[in-house]
Amino acid sequence: MRDLVIIGSGPAGYTAAIYAARADLKPLVIASSVEMGGDLMKTTDVDNYPGFPEGVMGPDLMMGMQAQAERFGAELVFDDATVLELDGPVKKITLGSGEVIESKTVILSMGSQYRHLGLDDEKRLSGFGVSWCATCDGAFFRNRSVAVVGGGDSAMEEATFLTKFADTVYLVHRSDQFRASPAMLARAKADPKIQFVTNAAVTGIIGADTVSGLSLTMSDGSTRTLDIDGLFIAIGSDPRTSLVANQVALTDTGNVAVDGRSSRTNLPGVFAAGDLIDPTYRQAIVAAGSGAVAAMDAQHFIESSAH
Amino acid sequence: MSARDVTDATFAAEVLQNDKPVIVDFWAPWCGPCRAVSPILDAIAEAHADKIDIVKLNVDEFPDLAVEYNILNIPAMKVFKGGEVVKTVVGAKPRPALEQDLAEFLA
Repeated sequence: MRDLVIIGSGPAGYTAAIYAARADLKPLVIASSVEMGGDLMKTTDVDNYPGFPEGVMGPDLMMGMQAQAERFGAELVFDDATVLELDGPVKKITLGSGEVIESKTVILSMGSQYRHLGLDDEKRLSGFGVSWCATCDGAFFRNRSVAVVGGGDSAMEEATFLTKFADTVYLVHRSDQFRASPAMLARAKADPKIQFVTNAAVTGIIGADTVSGLSLTMSDGSTRTLDIDGLFIAIGSDPRTSLVANQVALTDTGNVAVDGRSSRTNLPGVFAAGDLIDPTYRQAIVAAGSGAVAAMDAQHFIESSAH
Repeated sequence: MSARDVTDATFAAEVLQNDKPVIVDFWAPWCGPCRAVSPILDAIAEAHADKIDIVKLNVDEFPDLAVEYNILNIPAMKVFKGGEVVKTVVGAKPRPALEQDLAEFLA
């Protein structure tokens, strides 16, 4: 039986792996089959992670964390956890391959998943002009018009990034108040290629084979159509709790509940970190910090159960 | 055999004139999900080498083909049969999900 299995490979998972490996817990990281490295793998410049005065590329930061965890003996498996059995002293983790792993402790750091608009045509046109990854798909919209939906930092970042390629970037937001930080909002507002469309709810995506337009209903009840070739959805994300929702206690916000400033869930030997427990801050550095907390909590739990 | 790279010069022979169905993986080095799905496609290519060929096309190096096939999101995996696109799968997915999407060409 293993001492520690870490589910997830974003900043929380990899930081937990670095700390746990250095504490000689020989952690196994279930790093995912297609989302290893987490959300930062889809970003470009990260300018607010301490220690990188010139900024760092998101994928480079994550590859560095992975290498650092491996340097101290963390093991990685590029597969997905499909079933978690967290009750009792022996935790069981089933992988996509069918393999079942047993462990004394588990750190949950599955992060979050992108929110969808919930429109009929969103799924049909997903991959045909509807995207959740501007850094992946922005280059295909050279000299075209695109819209970004959302009002947070990620919407501002995507809109600003897309101006490298698109002629016009509409920033569509349902309110005229923004969650985005003042710096990112100001940069987007100053960009001549970005047109703000506020108090606008997206009510439809138009397009036969690929996206050709966006239907909006304005807060005064009027309707408006934007001619666009691409739609980037950045309306936030929800904690990825589907594997654990019926096992561990959740908060009102749908996050995994932890005890105070610790990472302890309501189940002994089960710890949680990163965006999974964070309804508020959702920053790489905060997730990394909570990963360190979780590794130290797991180490303490293993040491005190041994006595 | 793992997936081969194709170019503007080899696309017609390797894809359009291939007797077998061919899955073309349109990808780019700056696309994280593309890098994630690449080894999964290699494994599928190896497991189903008798049924299909899988090739990779770097859209950064060969943008004309990306435009010709109206690529808007990557990774985009297009199945060619007799020179025509018969199926498109977009986005990185775990191997079981991808094999399910492509089941009709793998059986």
